Formats: sequence, C-alpha cells, structure tokens
Amino acid sequence: MEKNITNFKEQFISYYRDFEDGLNGESTPELNCLRQKALETFNELPLPTTKDEEWRYTNISPLLKHNFSVASKESKLSKDQLSQYQFDKLRSHQLVFVNGNFSSEYSKLNNLPEGVIIGSLSNAIKNSPEIVEKHFGKYAGNEHQIFTALSTAYTKDGAFVYVPDGKVIEDSVHIIFITSKAKEKIITQPRNLFVAGKNSQLTIIEHFVSDNENIHFTNSVTEIFTDENATFDHIKLQEESKKSFHIARMEVDQERYSNFRSFSFSKGASIARNNFNSKFNDESSECTLNGLFLIENEQLFDAHTLIDHAKPHCNSHELYIGILDDQAKGVFNGKVLVRQDAQKTNAFQKNNNIILSDDALVNTKPQLEIFADDVKCSHGATIGQLDEEAKFYLKSRGIGEQNATAILLNAFATDVITPIKVDPVRKHIKNILSKRFKH
Amino acid sequence: MLEVKNLHASIEGNEILKGIDLKINSGEVHAIMGPNGSGKSTLAQVLAGREEYEVTDGEVMYNGNNLLELSPEDRAREGIFLAFQYPIEIPGVSNTNLLKTALNEIRKYKGEEELDTFDFLALLKEKIKLVDLDQSFLKRSVNEGFSGGEKKRNEIFQLAVLSPKLAILDETDSGLDIDALKVVANGVNKLKTKDNATLVVTHYQRLLNYIVPDFVHVLHDGKIVKSGGKELALELEDIGYDWIKNGSPEVVK
Ligand SMILES: Nc1ncnc2c1ncn2[C@@H]1O[C@H](COP(=O)(O)OP(=O)(O)OP(=O)(O)O)[C@@H](O)[C@H]1O
Ligand SMILES: [Mg+2]
Repeated sequence: MEKNITNFKEQFISYYRDFEDGLNGESTPELNCLRQKALETFNELPLPTTKDEEWRYTNISPLLKHNFSVASKESKLSKDQLSQYQFDKLRSHQLVFVNGNFSSEYSKLNNLPEGVIIGSLSNAIKNSPEIVEKHFGKYAGNEHQIFTALSTAYTKDGAFVYVPDGKVIEDSVHIIFITSKAKEKIITQPRNLFVAGKNSQLTIIEHFVSDNENIHFTNSVTEIFTDENATFDHIKLQEESKKSFHIARMEVDQERYSNFRSFSFSKGASIARNNFNSKFNDESSECTLNGLFLIENEQLFDAHTLIDHAKPHCNSHELYIGILDDQAKGVFNGKVLVRQDAQKTNAFQKNNNIILSDDALVNTKPQLEIFADDVKCSHGATIGQLDEEAKFYLKSRGIGEQNATAILLNAFATDVITPIKVDPVRKHIKNILSKRFKH
Repeated sequence: MLEVKNLHASIEGNEILKGIDLKINSGEVHAIMGPNGSGKSTLAQVLAGREEYEVTDGEVMYNGNNLLELSPEDRAREGIFLAFQYPIEIPGVSNTNLLKTALNEIRKYKGEEELDTFDFLALLKEKIKLVDLDQSFLKRSVNEGFSGGEKKRNEIFQLAVLSPKLAILDETDSGLDIDALKVVANGVNKLKTKDNATLVVTHYQRLLNYIVPDFVHVLHDGKIVKSGGKELALELEDIGYDWIKNGSPEVVK
C-alpha cells in the first residue's frame, strides 16, 4: 500500500520536466512561479486517508493504485460523436476539450458582445495574461489541498470565460470535457477560470463525459469570480465512465449584489469527490448550491461544501438530493459559516436522500457555524425509502413499476430539477431519472 | 364480470377475510355495508392487488381470468379502479402527470395509440367539470393539501378519466356534506353504462339514495352474512348492526 502511494506522487513529480518542456506559450514568469510552488506543495502534502476528518468516509486508495498518463495532443473524435453530448434545441457557445486538450476544431462560438472572451485558458494565457494573472489561483489556494496543488502545478489548459462589465451572454456556454478511448489510463486536469464583470450575466455548463467505460482520472479545478451585481448560472453535469475517478473543486468569490446559482448533477465515476465553496466578500449577495446525485453498484459520491457568510445581508440556499441503489455510498458534508459580521444572514441547507436497496448508505453532516446573532438559518438531512403506498396508488391507476418509480423519483428531486433554468438540461435530467431504474 | 369464491385473506398473519362469495354482473351496482373493521376496505384492497395482503384460499375470476395472478397495474389496465378510502398525497406529482401516464399506459396495454396532448387536456377539462373541481386542481400535486371532500372528488375525477369497467368506491361518501355527496353520486351515475359495474362500500344508507344499488351485502367479521335488494340498506339504517352480534339475522324483516 505505502509503495503504491509513493508511486502515485512520484509519477507526477518525475513527469514534471516533460510537462514543462511541452509547454508552448502557456508560460509566463508569474505562472511558472505558481506552478513551481504548487509542485513543491504537492510534494510536501500527504495524500489524504480516512484518518483525515475531511476524508473520513471517502477512501481514495483505489485511485492511488493506478498510474496515469497525460494524453498526447492529437486525440480525434469519431464523426458525429459529439452530437450525443449536445442538447437538442440548446443555443450555445460550445467549447470542447478532448482528453484535456482544447479542440478548436470542435468548438464553435456564436456572435459575442464586444470584449467577451470564451475560449481556452491556454489561449488566454497568451492573449490576455493580465486578466488571467489577476484572478488565477486567487480563489482556489493550494494549502491543504493536494489535488488543487497538482492541478496548479500542471496548469496548461481548461476553459476560460471573461465577461466585461455590463455585458450579457444570451446563449449558454456549453463546455464538454470528453475523455476518449486510449491505451493508457489518462489523467485530465481541466483548469477553468470564469470571470463575470459588474452587471454582467451568463450561463455556463461544465459537462464531463467519457466515450468508454475505462479507468481514467479527472482532476478539475474551477475558479469563479462574480463582480458586483453579476448574475451567474452554473451547471455541472458529471456523466463520466463508472470506472473513472473524478475529483473536482469549485471556488466562487462573490462581490456585492451578485447572484450565483449552481446545480451539480453527478451519476458517473467510481469515486466522485466535489469541494464546492462560495464566499461572500460583500453585502447583499445570493448563492444557490443545488445538487443531485444518482449512484448505483459500488459508486461513491462525496460533496463537501462551504458557504462563507463573511458579510451581512446575504442569502444562501443549498439543497442536495441523493438517490442511491445497490451498495452505493453517499457522503454529504455541508458547512455554512456565518461570521460575526454577517448579521441578517438567511441560510438554508438541506440534504435529502432516497435509498432503493438494503445496502446503500449515506453519511450526511449538515453543519451550521454561527457567530452572528441576528440571522435566520436552518439545516437538516433525511434518509428514506420510496413511499410504497404512493407507488401502489400509482399502480392502481395502471402505471407500471418503472414509470411509478420514475414518477416518484422525479417528484423527490423536483426541488432541484425545477429551478434549472436551461430547459434542455432540465429535460435531460428528467429523462435520466425516468430511464434509470428498471427493476 | 367478477366472481369471488370463498376468498380468504390475511395480513401479518391475521385472517381478515374469512370466505367471501360475491358475484357482480356488468350493468349492476352492488353495495357492501358493515360495521367498522369488518373487512370492507380489505376486500377492496385485495381486489385492487395490494401486496401486503396474502390470499390464503379461494379464487377471484374477472372476465374469465384469474384476477389474483395479475399485478395491480394490470388489473387497472383490465378495467378495475379503486377509489381509496384514504387517498394518499403525492407531493411533486401533478394530477395531470399521473393521469397522462396512467391513461397512456392503459392505452398501450390495449394496443391503442397514445392520446395527443390536446385531446388529453380536453378530456381532463371535460371530466373535471363532472365533479365540480376547479381546473387549477389539474396542476396541483396529487391530493396534496386537498380537503377531505376534494380528495374524494379527485378520486371520482380520476375514475371519470380512466373509465374503468369495475369501479370500487371505498367510503367515497364519508366526510362529504350533502352537496358534495350529490356531486360525487351524480358523477358516478353519469359514468354508468350497461357494460360496467360499481361496487360501493359505505357505512351510510344516505349515499344509496343517490347511487341506487341492485344488491346490498352485509359484511361482518370477514364474511357476507346477508344479501338483499336496496331495501336491506334502509332496514340497516333503522336497526343498525347489533342483530348480527346476536346471531339472528332473521330479525330483519
Ligand atoms: N396490518 C394489520 N394487522 C392486523 N390487523 C389489521 C391490519 N390491517 C388491518 N387490520 C384489521 O383488519 C380489520 C379490517 O379492516 P378494514 O380496514 O378492512 O375494515 P373496514 O370494514 O374497511 O372498516 P372501516 O369501516 O373502519 O373502514 C380491522 O379489524 C383492522 O384492524
Ligand atoms: Mg374501510
């Protein structure tokens, strides 16, 4: 075991020279310095074990057993392959990453307001280094975060969206991260940076898929800055191979009057770990972190979230819904921190789970830490089963087992599905729920 | 249409139905009356296919098929409808969604095409008038927050949309004021044809003024102890059920 873990780290340290040599214009002195420091941090930090409070229920040793390689640049998709990940009737700007590399061939943008940039981080480093350097690494620090350190050290590509003050992007930005068939076990490390200027508005869909059921590893880090009065809708869809490993972090930094709404859907990966954090830097902002996970067999899903009410008059709303079958395991650890200054905070947090088998289990820990006195906060968690009486009622009307289950699951998840603003995505999720359970 | 022979059923090891015989032909209305706990709802639920009840003896033939071998959904698709004594609330599932899925599954089972959305909505709007419910109930979650009377009317509304062959109404009248009772009874009567049948379970003779039964059966302790015509209901109203316990049904004149 010990040997495996050492290998896991060593593979990335020894490969690092090659990585640096392969950089091609993505290096500025400042970024290189960040990468170097991050590599040192990665080297120094221990890999998490279940003895760490933050990883208590999520044992990542299955991930550490593998050697992963970085995909070579030329990864082609077969014809029409992309269409299965696109949404009918969705007008979108599309960015495609194949095995971690930006593909200009498959990406396409509609007309954009002046000054808006939608593209790859790698191009942004070359063309707009001042914007990148202003925000990159400022929200997702490497301290105590070995996977962020790994991401930062290997920063090369990812999605970059910049909306200047006062601009609105009407169409959603649909970012498809596809891990394609390869001989080796591939690691991809998308490093995303989204900057929403004052009074701007946009919708971003991060969509993770695999075109195979192989073992691979996605280590993604997304940094988001919402400036004053910006409205940011964020959707994450994780539909990767059920043998893959998915570790993701999202850090949101919110300025005054900004509104950040996020919905995260997860059904892929053998182990999926998400750290989603949002911080209110100023007053009167709103944040919604909703999530839905749908897991079966021996899949593990883990969401660790933190909403940091550092300032007064902010509202946060968090609802995570879990649907678990077979021996699947869910972990929810949601913390709402209301600091001393943060009077008039409204914070709502809930985690509701349905277990469809005898063996699935959920470890849920909603937490409120309140240091202000004039606040409205609530939190809670439930774990239950499908209502058999309701099911019989539906059946007694002629509805069969599969539709009855689908109807009840859709109803259970309705509070996170209904608020999804992008219709085709909402339909996509409903469809998955309807087709999924056939026993 | 329906023939129940020597039906015995138990739940969690307790025998509730202890040999029921009942024959219902198409075009007929049967009423089952009886004191609390006599097994009326149990009979209704067993006919609808509730899995918690174990049928330990007897048989139920429905249009020539062994009903007890069918799943609850197939029974419904074959035309059996149960209006529940206690309709359950299903938050997050709209009445429309339930009925659309149900109707389409029933049509598919019969080899018919799905109803298009326009025709379906027209059907809903027509039928909901029958029970005097506002159209806003179509969008609301099934029974959620409905008053007792609204729940009962919603059951009859569903019945009207699904137009079954055998409707089993379990105490659909209890908790209704007289106006609501008339609405419900009127709804049921309008749906009556010579090809379908109704089994009304009730405590009170009241309903039977409006839904006039061809046969009345008295259920006691899991057995039908007396059957007769509609006058039997009136007699029961007068003398109650005490005679059963005294073991002399002859008292009834
Ligand atoms: N799970 C159970 N275990 C044991 N006995 C049960 C169970 N469920 C129901 N019973 C009993 O079965 C009997 C019949 O109940 P049922 O609901 O069929 O009566 P009913 O005639 O419909 O009464 P009511 O007029 O009150 O509606 C009752 O005595 C009830 O207590
Ligand atoms: Mg009853």
